[in-house]
Amino acid sequence: MVDKVLKGNGLYWGWLTLLLMVMGAGAVAYLVQFNYGLGATGMSRDVTWGIYISQFTFLVGVAAGGLMLVLPYYLHDYKSFGRITLLGEFMAIAAVVMCLMFILADLGQPMRALNVILHPTPNSMLFYDMIVLNGYLFLNILCGFVVLASEYRGIKYPNWVKPFIYLSIPWAISIHTVTAFLYCGLPGRHFWLTAVLAPRFLASAFAAGPALLLVIALIMKRTANFDVGETAKNKLVTIIGYAAIINFFLLGCEVFVGYYSNIPGHMHTLDYLFFGLADHSTGVIHNNLVPFMRASVVMGIVGIIMLFVARRQKSDAMLSTSCILIFVAFWIDKGLGLVLGGFVPTPMEHIVEYTPTVVELGVTAGVWATGFFVLTLLYKLVVAVKRDSEATLKIS
Amino acid sequence: MDNTRRKFLKLAGLTAAAGVAAPMLGSKALAAGGGHGAPAAAGGHHEEVPSGVRYGLVIDTGKFNDNPGLAERCQKVCHDYHNVPKFNNSKDEIKWIWTDKFANVFPEKSHYKKDERLNAMNILALCNHCDNPPCVRACPTKATFKNADGAVMMDFHRCIGCRFCMAACPYGARSFNWRSPRGSEDGKPFIEKYNHRFPSRMRGVVEKCSLCSWRTKQGKDPLCVEEANKGVEGAMVFGDLNDPNSEISHVLRKRFTIQRKPSLGTKPSIFYII
Repeated sequence: MVDKVLKGNGLYWGWLTLLLMVMGAGAVAYLVQFNYGLGATGMSRDVTWGIYISQFTFLVGVAAGGLMLVLPYYLHDYKSFGRITLLGEFMAIAAVVMCLMFILADLGQPMRALNVILHPTPNSMLFYDMIVLNGYLFLNILCGFVVLASEYRGIKYPNWVKPFIYLSIPWAISIHTVTAFLYCGLPGRHFWLTAVLAPRFLASAFAAGPALLLVIALIMKRTANFDVGETAKNKLVTIIGYAAIINFFLLGCEVFVGYYSNIPGHMHTLDYLFFGLADHSTGVIHNNLVPFMRASVVMGIVGIIMLFVARRQKSDAMLSTSCILIFVAFWIDKGLGLVLGGFVPTPMEHIVEYTPTVVELGVTAGVWATGFFVLTLLYKLVVAVKRDSEATLKIS
Repeated sequence: MDNTRRKFLKLAGLTAAAGVAAPMLGSKALAAGGGHGAPAAAGGHHEEVPSGVRYGLVIDTGKFNDNPGLAERCQKVCHDYHNVPKFNNSKDEIKWIWTDKFANVFPEKSHYKKDERLNAMNILALCNHCDNPPCVRACPTKATFKNADGAVMMDFHRCIGCRFCMAACPYGARSFNWRSPRGSEDGKPFIEKYNHRFPSRMRGVVEKCSLCSWRTKQGKDPLCVEEANKGVEGAMVFGDLNDPNSEISHVLRKRFTIQRKPSLGTKPSIFYII
């Protein structure tokens, strides 16, 4: 079955070669960082987490977003998702692989990473994050491959895998909840200290994950002649649209609480992200994330409107554009603003801004390329197996 | 209902009631049982439990203000002894004890129409050695932990450099070795004069003030306290907060003091006379 990844056209091999080249560049960048220390990044004493941890946070969401494709099929027997459920599980695998790589890239002493297991510390949220992320990776590899192998052999998946499939559903919620708890349990970081952080994480995840999948599905329709079907596509639009709207609703709740309560600590980071914030000792206004955050809101809202228009007009081009808009909007919101904004102002109310270095961006690109490399191989496998089994069905 | 089952249900009930808080408080809170399940909920507004030794500091900011340079000397003696490197840029900066303005050390206090003396003051800041430290709660490897004497410590050899503690600390007291402190730039070593009596760190680990636990174990005052009192008697007072007869307890009974961000419930062990 696995040998199917070795057969592909020029486009397939070209894409993999491109990814391998980016991965190579990322590896070189990581070597630079490994030899010099994390000082090779733009992180500082005051902004101690940068683009690595923010990518990790966003990608946990993409992984959890797979749930929206798995749940309808297995729990509600929604047959139209037959062709995309596996894609959802495999997207989760690639996303969790990226998450783990970003965490390793962020460690000052990566060789000591196993200390988290050697000295288990149940009062730390990172301990639980380690458990839920690795557990989710295991569950998706197990369920995904067992279901795919059964399909390859033309049989229904065995009953013993069902408990694992059902377990993976709440597990998906847990990975993003625990990731939110990393942030929202810290005293003195007002922007993160909010009970709607976990719900907001989930809402944006349930939009961004399926949006990415829908874009990939539309690409595969063109390049691999693999159509997920009109019904599945329409249902995905509903899921992405509502999840994106809920995310904006929750963002609005944050804005209301911050500005109506008028408590400075609750307004500072929102000010910094959307308007710029002046350092009260120097008077200098800091605002390097403002254009990104404003663009994020505009792109998100335009994306949602376009999404529903595209469904009505049955336009694949507009559908993929709207999904890309939503995906990028939430990537900025969570992959930049949430983590970086939380460090402004510092606990001593200074303002320190962060700009990633070339080395850092190289490592980041390398990890994303690795994720897409894994994703491409897995999807190649799914498409080949699906096509075989459907062809067999037609003959019989 | 047998005993273990009842215990289990009680625990499960507590966990459910404490909700989000329960896992973060860890085993200690659960073991405490029904009476006082959530110490964090007590905040900074209730009495701390006086048991065992709990070292603390009183900093008399007025005495430092009247003696310019004294705070800097305290910093120097600490950083020199502990091989704290100088990188000459704020991005890589490592500091265990430093000074900042009142508005920055006490950002939650009102700064409106405060007197000139207060606004001009440089106030010492360092690790608060909280009784309820968020950094210890966040650390995934127990590389930062609480000593029996109340000091919050770092194990440089166990730290994986995840910097969760730095995000958790509401006082900005922690520094990270972004690059090797043992190196040099333009022929000038980052550690000017290496002190072989104290280990330097390697890159990729977090460090901070340890309340000179290696000295306090021998019954001596921390280096900064010793240095401060060379300048002016009583500029800093060190001692056991839980001992009613200690000098620090005596000072705290007589003088009005404040702590940094008491509303966060961290219960700092550093007190300031303004």
